[in-house]
Amino acid sequence: MALESDLVKADVVESMEFPHLAVKYHVQGVPRTIVNETIHFEGALPEARLVAELGKKLSE
Amino acid sequence: MSLLQDKDREQVQQLFAGLSKPVKLVMFTQEFECELCKETRELVEEVASLAELVTAEVHNFALDKEKAEEYGVDKIPAVVVVGEKDHGIRFFGIPSGYEFSTLLEDIVNVSAQESGLSERTGAFLAGLKDPLHIQVFVTPT
Repeated sequence: MALESDLVKADVVESMEFPHLAVKYHVQGVPRTIVNETIHFEGALPEARLVAELGKKLSE
Repeated sequence: MSLLQDKDREQVQQLFAGLSKPVKLVMFTQEFECELCKETRELVEEVASLAELVTAEVHNFALDKEKAEEYGVDKIPAVVVVGEKDHGIRFFGIPSGYEFSTLLEDIVNVSAQESGLSERTGAFLAGLKDPLHIQVFVTPT
């Protein structure tokens, strides 16, 4: 998604190397996806679901 | 010392044989490298050695603060996958195990300038008004 849009930045963060971030974002199980600091998803996230959920949450 | 096994190197070379445009792996580490910084740098340099179109650019996080800011890097080790421009694709921590294939896929996609996403996703992205920062937390597998 980052490749498609200039507005999107995508980070893959190795949580064991950055424990303070794991704590900050309450990472207990992985993968955990955080969008704009506030929206979170647990587990594997198929593309369609991510888009559908973001579509809903961003328009709230 | 090679981090990749021979058969892995061959597979990566085959994957990279189809690359069309150059990709830079911009890496940030530090002078007194933490264990994983050193391994990440070695991995990045090894991956870059497997294709002419893939190059590694290693920066010192402390000395190249401006570059780090330019790429939005605030922690290391960090690898930014850059094609014709910085698309905002970054790996923090060593991209090992499953993340290694993600890194390779990203290199291929950035080179081809093709995300492989669906039309629906494309439409969603086209409709974005504000920046989207996606962080995926993983563990080494």
